[in-house]
Order: sequence, then structure tokens, then C-alpha cells
Amino acid sequence: MIAIYKRELKSYFLTPIGYVFCGMYLAVSGIIFSYTTLLAQSTSSLPTYFLMMIAVFAILIPLLTMKLFAEDRKTRTEQILLTTPVSLTGMVMGKYFAAVTVFGATFLVNSFNYILLFQYGEPNAGLILINILGLFLIGCAFIAIGVFLSSLTENQLIAAVSSICVIVVFLALFFVVDKIGVEWVRVFLKWFSILDRYRPFTIELLDITAVVYFISLTAVFLFLTVRVYEKRRWS
Amino acid sequence: MIEILNVTKKFGDKVAVDNLSFNVVEGEILGFLGPNGAGKSTTMNIITGYLSATSGTAKIDGIDILENPIEAKRRIGFLPEIPPLYPEMTVKEYLGFVYELKECRFPKEQHLKEICDVVKIGDVYKRMIKNLSKGYRQRVGIAQALIGNPKVLIFDEPTIGLDPKQIIEIRNLIKMLGKEHTVILSTHILPEVQAVCDRIVVINKGKLVANEKTEDLILAVEGSRRLTAKIVGPEAEVLKMLKSTPGVRYAESIGKRDTDSISYIIESEDNVDVRKSLFFNLAKNNWPLIGLEGDELNLEDIFIRLIDKEKSDKKKRGAKKG
Repeated sequence: MIAIYKRELKSYFLTPIGYVFCGMYLAVSGIIFSYTTLLAQSTSSLPTYFLMMIAVFAILIPLLTMKLFAEDRKTRTEQILLTTPVSLTGMVMGKYFAAVTVFGATFLVNSFNYILLFQYGEPNAGLILINILGLFLIGCAFIAIGVFLSSLTENQLIAAVSSICVIVVFLALFFVVDKIGVEWVRVFLKWFSILDRYRPFTIELLDITAVVYFISLTAVFLFLTVRVYEKRRWS
Repeated sequence: MIEILNVTKKFGDKVAVDNLSFNVVEGEILGFLGPNGAGKSTTMNIITGYLSATSGTAKIDGIDILENPIEAKRRIGFLPEIPPLYPEMTVKEYLGFVYELKECRFPKEQHLKEICDVVKIGDVYKRMIKNLSKGYRQRVGIAQALIGNPKVLIFDEPTIGLDPKQIIEIRNLIKMLGKEHTVILSTHILPEVQAVCDRIVVINKGKLVANEKTEDLILAVEGSRRLTAKIVGPEAEVLKMLKSTPGVRYAESIGKRDTDSISYIIESEDNVDVRKSLFFNLAKNNWPLIGLEGDELNLEDIFIRLIDKEKSDKKKRGAKKG
């Protein structure tokens, strides 16, 4: 597992993908951050920044995950991973954590932005910390979704586009759900609405159920990825 | 060392491997022959744990690949049909990665260096894999299989796409590796098997067709031989003489292929060598024999004969039963 983790991590920076991801993330985040907070000369619009970042994740994170399994499948390098003494779970986790590491490192660097706010005003530190945690968990969940969809195809583009679509559907539920008349459908769909789950974070509420929800979402998609590989051996 | 017992693999309705059983003894080089689509790769993928069999078991060193995959995989070095290389890595990085992947306990530097010496990739050690030629990639693929010094080596068509010189080198390499490892080698090139393997397993459409020592198999199918002879002399008389030579089943002139000789195709009866009597008869008549070639038996011939043999055996058995 560690060997796979190290190789994937290295490969992000042997190919341009790692640089593209970090660069795009920091640039887009920086622009949104300056428009919503610094140029607006207020910190009350921070929640807007956080919500917009979730939308940015929806587009950027699939770039990070698209190659993880699709590429190995296309170049048949998965054969070495599946015929050496590594468990399927180990393989999935190794790849997953490589993506989480690249995302996490960029995320950490990006978090220095908040320090700027303290130069110019008195932002709500609690709100910032809670949202740092929330955004990180959402990022990890999106990576798990991307990992799962990457394991379903050997085409990286399809992996990326389908991941974006699935994540966007998860997000779009927020705008649709309340307009549904049938109650059980509404309740059921609301359960999957990531933004509904995230709402408490934007009002400085550390919602433990939401934290558990994001972690479970991650675990479910990683589990499904392992199942995909398990099943492929048999079919 | 390797036991395959009643392995069947179905892809949907298509049966790729059909109730296949064979064993490989420790220290043996087994040639695994079959036409394209016979199920060779599928069988190898099952042995290495890449695929699971629909039914039946595969055991490596007594360990079931399904029950204890990690331990079984530790004993296998596998070179798939397409070497599993990462083009963006250097050979050094790649071998280092495989070393860690296999959780080797040998001293790293020394172990990798020994392997590089064996497969002769020392001079490209620091180059990127995407810049290597096909022959070198194949060797890196073999190097990868050797890491961890597994007891069993499985090579899926290791010489495909290489030039003749590289083919001979890889063959010699496999032969050398066969001294210390148990090797399964799949191929559809017959001379390769003859040159390298102790035993041959032939499969067709997923079924076992033959499982014999190399010499026995070659002998079994070589019974009847076809010769092409170039003889200087009057065509009709030569042909008459050829046909009357004992042991010749069939002779035919195929016309002038040279300036002064005429070529003939001669088929002998099963297990009869007519070359000596042919030579003396021609010498008696003062007709110089300027060329005599045995048709090289190729895999297709072997197949046709093995499959024909199987069919006729079945018929015989059926007749007996009746």
C-alpha cells in the first residue's frame, strides 16, 4: 500500500496533473477569496467563499482522481498491482491517500489566505476553523467519488466528466429537493444533499452528524471501488 | 509446484477455459502452447490471481490462490502479455517501486543490481521507460518478475515483437532462469518451445489437447514427414522411381525451381525415414540430388494433427464402446 501511495504521489508531479491541480486551485481560490472578502472589505461574506469553493472542488477534484484507476487499466499496469502481494483494499487506499495528500497540501497552503484577514479586520476564527474542517472533509468525499468513477472506466476523460456530473448532481439536490411534492422522496433525496448537510458549518455550527455523514460518504465510495475490482476478477 | 485442477473460466456465455487440469513440477520449464484465443492468457491470469476461475482451483506451492492470495502471489513473478511498465518512471524508480510493492527483504541495492546484471539492463538503469526500445522494455518486464526471487516465473509470450537477435537472447535468459525457477512460458512459436521447454501443454479452445515431454510430442506428431527434394534428371523417370521407393506414400513434381533441377514433394509413411534409400536409389541412377529439405513442422501442423488425432481417438473409443 505504501509503495502504491508513494508511486502515485510521485507520478502526480512527474506528469503535469499535480502542477495543474495545485496551480488552478490556488489561482481560482485566490481570485474568489479576494473578491468575496478583501475587495468587499468585509468578512461577513466568508460563507459565500466556502460555498463557492465547494463548486470549485466539483470541477477540480475530478482532475486529480481521473487517472488513478483509469490509466492503470488502460496501460494494463494494473496487472502488476493485482498480481503482487497487495490486497485490493491496500491498493485502493494507497491511491486514495495519494490524491488526498496532493489535495490536502494545496488546501493547507491555501489556508494561509485566512491569515490575511486578520491583518485587516477581526474575522470569526471559529467559523474559519470549522469551515476548514468541513471543506477538507467534502474534498475527501469528492475524491472518493472520483476514485470510484475512475475505477469504472479506462478512459480518463470519461472518468473526469462522470465524476463532475455525479458531484454536481449531489450539489444540485440542494436547489431541487425543496420543490419536490412527495414527502418521502424529498426526505430521501435530502439525505444525499451535500449542501444541506454543509449548511450548519456556514453558521459556525460544528455538526457532528454532518462530519459522520461526509466520512461515511467517503467510506462507501471507497468500499464500492474495492468491490468493483473484486467483481472484475469474477466476470 | 503448480497445480491446476478442473479450472473453468466463463466470460458470460463464452467458455474461455474448459475444465483444464495440469501440474508443473518444481524446476521444470513448461511450454504453454495454443493458437490465439485458446485461453493461454486467461489461464495464466488465473494462476497469478489476476482473474478468478469460475470453478476449479489453482495452487502454487500448495497454496490456493483464492484462499490465500497474498502468500501465493509472493511465490510468483509474472510478466503479462503487455509488460506492466509506467512510462513516466525511470528503470531505477520502477524497479524500486516493484521492490517495495512485493515487500522484499533482500538488500535492495544489491538485489536490484543482480537482477539488472542477469537481464542486462544496467546501461539503461537511469533512463525513462518511455524512451526505451521494445527489447529493453521486455527485459525490464522480466526484471520486474524476478524481483523477490519468486519460485515460480510465468511469462506470457515474452518474445513477441522482438527482433531475432533479441528473441535468442531472451530465450537463453529464460533457459538460464529455468535452472533455479519453475517456469511457465506461453507462446505460439514452436521452435521456441523446442529450444527452451522440458514439457509442453497444448490447449485449444480452452481444452487440454496434449501434455507431454517436448521430445515425445514432437515425435508423436512428426510421424509422417514431408520432404522437398531437388533432383537433376528426367522428370517422368525420377517420379516413377520415387513412387516405387519403399516407404514413400506420395510423390509429386512441382516443376523447375532452379536452372537445372526439378523439385519434388515426397511424403513418407508414418515413422519411416526414406531419406537414405532415396539417396542410394538416386545415386544408382546417376541422378544428382542437389537439395533435400524436410518441411519444418509448425504449430499449425501440430495442432491439426493433434486435433485430428483426438478426433480419431474419440471415434475409435466410440467404436469400441459400440
